[in-house]
Amino acid sequence: MRLSRRSTILLRLAVAAGLAFIYIPLGILVLYAFNSSNILEWPPPGLTFDWFPRAIEDSGARDAFFTSIKVACVATSIAIILGTLASLAVARHRFFGRETISFLVLLPIALPGIVTGVALSDTFTQVLGIDLSLFTVVVGHATFCIVVVYNNVIARMRRLAGSLEEASADLGADPWQTFAYVTLPNLQTALVAGALLAFALSFDEIIVTTFTIGAAQETLPIWIFANLFRPNALPVVNVVAVIVILLSIIPVYFAHRLTREEGGTAATRGGTIEAEATAVP
Amino acid sequence: MQVGTLLAGPVGWLVIGYLGSLAVLLIASFWEVDPLSGEVVRNLSLTNFQTLIDEPVYRTIALRTIVIAGLVTVTDVLLALPIAFYMAKVASRRGKALLVVAVLLPLWSSYLVKVYSWRTILSENGPLNWLLDPLGLHGPGFGNVAVWLVMSYLWLPYMILPIYAGLERIPNSLISASEDLGARPGHTFRRVIMPLVFPAIVAGSIFTFSLTMGDYITPRLVSNNQFIGNVVFNNITNDLPLASAFAVVPILVMIGYLLVARRLGAFEHI
Repeated sequence: MRLSRRSTILLRLAVAAGLAFIYIPLGILVLYAFNSSNILEWPPPGLTFDWFPRAIEDSGARDAFFTSIKVACVATSIAIILGTLASLAVARHRFFGRETISFLVLLPIALPGIVTGVALSDTFTQVLGIDLSLFTVVVGHATFCIVVVYNNVIARMRRLAGSLEEASADLGADPWQTFAYVTLPNLQTALVAGALLAFALSFDEIIVTTFTIGAAQETLPIWIFANLFRPNALPVVNVVAVIVILLSIIPVYFAHRLTREEGGTAATRGGTIEAEATAVP
Repeated sequence: MQVGTLLAGPVGWLVIGYLGSLAVLLIASFWEVDPLSGEVVRNLSLTNFQTLIDEPVYRTIALRTIVIAGLVTVTDVLLALPIAFYMAKVASRRGKALLVVAVLLPLWSSYLVKVYSWRTILSENGPLNWLLDPLGLHGPGFGNVAVWLVMSYLWLPYMILPIYAGLERIPNSLISASEDLGARPGHTFRRVIMPLVFPAIVAGSIFTFSLTMGDYITPRLVSNNQFIGNVVFNNITNDLPLASAFAVVPILVMIGYLLVARRLGAFEHI
């Protein structure tokens, strides 16, 4: 677009301000992780590396970390299976209610977190008589992670010509062979990207988790939340926070890299990183 | 493969598991709690909804939550538009790629950590007051303004990325045509770009709005005010039916929001 020099400069300033708004709070947090004092005062009186070994040795934080990894792995696995199945059905078949599937998949993430949390909690404790545990957390996480896998896979399926699968069938492959040798290899990067994002989503979730977790268990966000109000734990929390930022940036970055080469990029809350084939007439 | 085989798992999970749970929530909102034993009594009655309507405090909380959700959404649209526009239509290829990554990276991660960071920034001895003090000013402290600010911060990338993607879909030739026909940039923006990108804005707003309504952690960390989520969470163990009834409010609001969004074509942009 042809913009005047003045508008371009104004626009650049707006972008710079926006990025500063996004990154300054993260920067301040990183600085606090090196705070030599164990109270939060600004500016920090001095800097130190001392809290890092303390945080790594903290057994509560470590247990919570591994719990989060476990939960995220199981929830992601379930989401991959269910999300892929749903997207295969929608992309390659016509059936009654096809349009509502995308809506159904999106619903757990489009509805506010407390709604999903209360609904699952009510169902587990009142109807099914299941005690809240990591199992119930996994069920909750898997439910809202499906959309991430679904959206990534379906975007790829739409781009993937159906004629490849038809050719495979014409050459005598049965549906399983076609899936294993033609469809799946083409879906690979979309699946990995979807899985990485689902993992990140689960790893970070706290609202639905607080409604579905048992009394004795802690995921990492729950551990952080519980320790925010304990003054003695603050330096360790600061360090854990920085480690969480670093660790969670990695999957998102790789998910982006995996799908970037294929065209535009975007990632909404629904997790579509891959832009669909340009919808330009 | 048969459609039935493919769909059995996901549809079973989402319809029986998820929609079933929502149905349970709806039914539970009509239950009561025995005042003596504290046990849930499974009689259907309108008591909870009566309480929610009669007690002014619940109305205030519901209104506060919805108003802040609206404010956060508007704020994010205003902040996101210039950034998304620059990314899609002005930046070089390289600059665009860098900006996408810059916006994307903080998006999926460390929600709690980000709220915590704001808690330290806004605290009495925090960086914001340190910065404002020499100017004779004082930060907003903890309260509704803080909740609005932090939520706008948290959900901003969810608004930038759909708008950016929506702008990318607009062919540059349309913009050139508008310019060739003599429209000034402002005019082109209002008459050509805005109508085309509007569904994407609505798509982003679904998440900024819904996430604000569904959050109770941010209000707890940066204010002393109650939001719908706080009431729901605080009551879930002692008065599950009341908690469920209050959770019906955001469900109704979001269903309305989603139906409108669908009509506006937002679902293509999620």
